This record gives sequence, C-alpha cells and structure tokens, in this order.
Amino acid sequence: MAILEIKNITKQFDDNLVVDNISINIEQGEFFTLLGPSGCGKTTLLRMLAGFITPDSGSILLDGKDITHLPPEKRPLHTIFQSYALFPHLTVFDNIAFPLKMAHWDKHKITAQVEELLEDVRLTKFMWRYPHELSGGQKQRVAIARSLVDRPKLLLLDEPLSALDARLREHMHIELVKLQEETGVTFVYVTHDQQEALALSSRIAVMNLGSIEQLDKPAVVYSKPKTYFVADFLGKCNLLKAEVLAITDTGVKLKVADSIEFEIVDVDNGNYAVGQIGWYSIRPEKIKLSRKMPTTEFMYIDKVVVNGYYYYGDATLYELSFDGQVKLQVMLSNTKAEEPNFFIDNSEVFLSFDPEAGNFIAEDQCSN
Amino acid sequence: MFKLTEKYSLSLAPIVYLILLFLLPTIIMVFVAFRIPGSYGGVEPLIVKGASSGHITINMSLDSIKFALSSKFIWQLFLRSMVYSIITTLCCLGLSYPLAMMVAKSNKKYRDILLLLVIIPFWSCFLIRVYAWMIILGPQSAVNHAINYLIESFGFAAVNLLYSPVAVIICLVYINLPFMILPLYANLEKHDEALIEASRDLGASRWQSFWKITLPLSMPGILAGGALVFIPSIGMFVVPELVGNNCSLMIGNLIKQQFLQTMNWPLGSVTAIVMTVSVLAISALVGVIASRTGGLRYANK
Repeated sequence: MAILEIKNITKQFDDNLVVDNISINIEQGEFFTLLGPSGCGKTTLLRMLAGFITPDSGSILLDGKDITHLPPEKRPLHTIFQSYALFPHLTVFDNIAFPLKMAHWDKHKITAQVEELLEDVRLTKFMWRYPHELSGGQKQRVAIARSLVDRPKLLLLDEPLSALDARLREHMHIELVKLQEETGVTFVYVTHDQQEALALSSRIAVMNLGSIEQLDKPAVVYSKPKTYFVADFLGKCNLLKAEVLAITDTGVKLKVADSIEFEIVDVDNGNYAVGQIGWYSIRPEKIKLSRKMPTTEFMYIDKVVVNGYYYYGDATLYELSFDGQVKLQVMLSNTKAEEPNFFIDNSEVFLSFDPEAGNFIAEDQCSN
Repeated sequence: MFKLTEKYSLSLAPIVYLILLFLLPTIIMVFVAFRIPGSYGGVEPLIVKGASSGHITINMSLDSIKFALSSKFIWQLFLRSMVYSIITTLCCLGLSYPLAMMVAKSNKKYRDILLLLVIIPFWSCFLIRVYAWMIILGPQSAVNHAINYLIESFGFAAVNLLYSPVAVIICLVYINLPFMILPLYANLEKHDEALIEASRDLGASRWQSFWKITLPLSMPGILAGGALVFIPSIGMFVVPELVGNNCSLMIGNLIKQQFLQTMNWPLGSVTAIVMTVSVLAISALVGVIASRTGGLRYANK
C-alpha cells in the first residue's frame, strides 16, 4: 500500500491556479522527487503535505489516515527547509532534541536518541555548538538529524542543497541516499535541479504550470520524455519535427524533419492517428558521428555540416545542421586524449543513431 | 592611522559633550554628598578660616550619607519607585508585545503608517499629555463615573482615580509605551518565519512555538525595551507630582525636593547616587542573567 496518497489536490491563489488536480501515490521507502522550474507548484504541493497550506479541494492520506486538515504539528512527517531553519538560540543537541521534547519523551531516552543521531551524521563533537558556529554542510546535517530523530513516516525536503556549493552538494547527495536507505524513511524531494533529481530519485514527477507532465523512473523520464516540456526541461534534447505516416502493430512509422523515415516501438500508438504532427526527441549523446559512411544497421543521415562545438572536458557538444536548416546537437565523450573538436567546423559528416533511442511526442500533449 | 584619527575626531564632539554635561556633573554630585548643606541652599564653603582664632576647618561630613542610609522614609520611597517601575515595565511589555508583533507581521505597505501612529504622541509635549490624563481620570470624567458605577454596583465605596498610585502607573505606562514598542518591533521584524514553521513542523503547537522560539529570540528586544522604560520611570518626578498623592511620591520627587525646596543639596546628592548605583546594579544583573540563559548569545552574531 502506498504510504502517501495525494488525491485530486487543487490550490488556487487569487486567480492563479498553482496546483491543478494532482494525484500521486508514493510507496513506502521511495525517494520521490518533484522536479520543475520555479513557479510550477512543486513547493506549494510540498507545503500542503507539510500542513502550512490547506488545499482548496482533494485529500492527502498518510499511511491510510486523512491528514488534509491536520495542523503541521499533528502530522507524523517533517520538512527540511531550504534555509535549514535551525533554531539560533539552541545548541546542536537542543535543536535535534526539539521534536522529542515536543513529543514529551523521557529525558534519558532523549539523550540516547539524540546521541545516536549525532553519531549518524558525525556531529558528536559539535553537539554543544550553536548553529552560527557551524559550516553550511554541518548545518545541513543538523537539519537532517533533527528531522529524522523521531523516525517520521515521511520526510519532505524543499531544495535542501541549493545553498551549498557544487562539491559539497555532490557529497550531500551521497549522504542523503545513504541516510534514506539506512532509515527507510520515505523521502519527498523538491528540486529544480534535473541532475540532482536524476541522480537521487527512485521516481520523478516532472511538474509544469501546476500539473504533472510525466511521472516515471529517472531513466524513463530522461530517455523517453512524454511531452515537449519534459524533453526540453531535462538536459539537452534534439526535438525534430515529425509526422506519423502509419500506425504499426507495435509502434509508429514516422517521417522526421521532412526527409527521413523510420519505425519505432511506441506503446501509446493507439492514441495517434495517421498524419499526427509532433516531435521526434533524441538526446545529443545518443547520436554518433563519423567521417565515413557508418556500417551499422541504424539510421543515418549524410551531408551533415558541423557548425561549431563546445568543449566540456569529459565530452564535446557539436552543433550540426542538415538540409540547410534542421539543427541538431550531438554530444560525444572524449574517450581519448584527442583534440577538443575532432570534427572540424564546416566539414561534412555522417550522423547515425538507433531510432529506438528516441521517442515520438505528439503535439497535442505539449504544453508550450 | 588615518582611520583611527578620523574615528576619534568624529566622536570628539559627543565625547566632550558627555564629559562636560554628564560625567562632570556626576562627579560634582558625588563630592556634594560629602559636604555640609548651606543655610539657604547650596553647600557651606569647603575651607573655613575661623574669624577670631584663624583656625582652619574643612567642612566635610558623612552625616548626609548616614542619614540617607538609615532613613526609613527614603528607603520607602526608593522601594516604591522600584515597585512602580517594575509594574510599569511589565505593563508596557504586556501591552507592547502583541502590538509590536502585529506591526511586524503586517503588510509592509502599512508598517510605516502603524509605526508613525506609535510615535505620534511624541509630537505633543509630555506635560500636555499628562494634563490630558488628568482630565481623562478626573472626578468629573466619563471614565471615573463609569468605574465608580461599576464599583458601587458591587457595593463598594466610590473612588477617585486621579491623585492615586493607579493614576501614576497609568501615566507612566502611557508615557513609556513607545519606548517598549519600538525596540520590540525592531527585533520581531527580523525574525525568520521559517523558524516558526520549522517548530510547528517538528511538533510544537502555536503556543509552544511562541514560548520556545519567538520569545527567547525576542529577548534582546525585551531587555532593550525594558531598560528604556525602567530607567526613566524610576527617576520620574513630574508624573507623581501631577497625578499622584502623598502616598505615591517617588524617589525623583524626594531628590527634587532636597534641591529646590528643603535646600539640602548633600542629601539630594546621596539619594541620587543611591538611585544611579541601583539602576546600574539592576542593569548589570539583568545582563548577566540574560547572557547566562543564552538569550543574548546569538544576538551579537
């Protein structure tokens, strides 16, 4: 059974529909991420789960119990705030002991439990320090310890790592996943950072304009985006104009960029009609380039012109075009100590890809 | 080096001002405490040469200090001033806290207007405002009638609000209220709403959030406001003189009397010193307690 059931939640501020009829079931022990740009409603949804905002309609069930109208303190879940929100007048120990004191735990049990958590986040040495005497990463760990100390059923994390620098953030990614696995607490994580979402989550809900555009495992969301928005928001993506030529038993036959035709597997093919317009989406790193005619059974396009490149160190991103106007991006990893631009500007190259590496996005499913 | 001289040259004027008009008079006051009162005010000359004998006597004595410290009357006034000031401070705190909180939480657009309303009373003279209270509390006033009606309906004898300790405290609270509201507002306005949300999230009710988070964090504001109310209240003499009676005289009245009516400058000086020292002692004590309990610990960071 799902630990958290969000049923038809809607929230409007003035005339602005911020969360539009969202339903999600989150399983026990999941690392669930709400991903979206700012203003997509992800934080509002999280604050409704925490109890700081009451939804206009719909209900929230935690462990089968309706918590929609419970005040925040009555909900067996905790939030980790973007600003950590550590109590500046309390020591690390007292910060972590706060939820236990509120729950009227026995004094000895509080001490034992807090000391255990301090050990988990390796802050035992700092337990009598005040928050302003800690570094950003240490503050973050205190916030996590404080939220896990009474073993909540659910932990909500509101962009908790956005205030940390890149290195520390990566380090905290590993710690978060480890803590989540050790404690088995279900995490609902809000972020606008797509890489963070892909790296941490067991499932991702991509949100835009108050609705969920796609809810899938990270690999599916990334390589088979269902909408134009998802393809565009998560990393780099080639979105080529496409038209459905025929519907086959297992998928669709597409005509892409008015020039190439191929067939792909698509379970949603029942939803399309012949002549359906949309996009064929394929990620830049799923395309190969070669100077000679490729000897694969994959699709290939010839006379592709190299327009320029961006050197990232581990990979190089090439800007290409064919038929004079269709633009493409291809990401090649630099496996050898080769020149940053192995393919020289204005040269003609062959481009090949496995059609199944991409997918078809019908136009009526797009949101922009 | 340049910066150092600049720092001192800028603060030179206020330093000179304070030395001339605060430090020097205080030192003079301490010396006066050891002198002998003059017959018509002032003090007897320090060195007197006997007219006939030519014998030189130095006119200094501990009499005023001995008298002041042993006088039951002075200690009574002193104690009463303390009690009045403490009551005033607590009343101001109780009235100011919800108000400061309301202003701090109100829409930014209206905050300036609300703060302006708090300081508008300063636009008229302090004495006029006390006179206004004499009318409000006077025997013919609606307030006095209403209260007496209530009291009599319970079978008690009618009272006069004006010229009573109650009137003194009402006026002291009224006069000092803005000095409590402003520092409290300045403190509460800076509070991070996320801390309250975090405490609620971690299991504290609204009430517990207030006691465990808001109140301790506002301690610096409470102490600043408390000092700004308590210290002027304890030396106040105009209010008890205008709206009080013989049983509500405060230590300020005694000091004023010693200097202007009884013409006993040394005794007035001793009384003033006792008051100054006790205010300093109380301030230090509160400061120590506050830093021990951690209330101020984070405030300097």
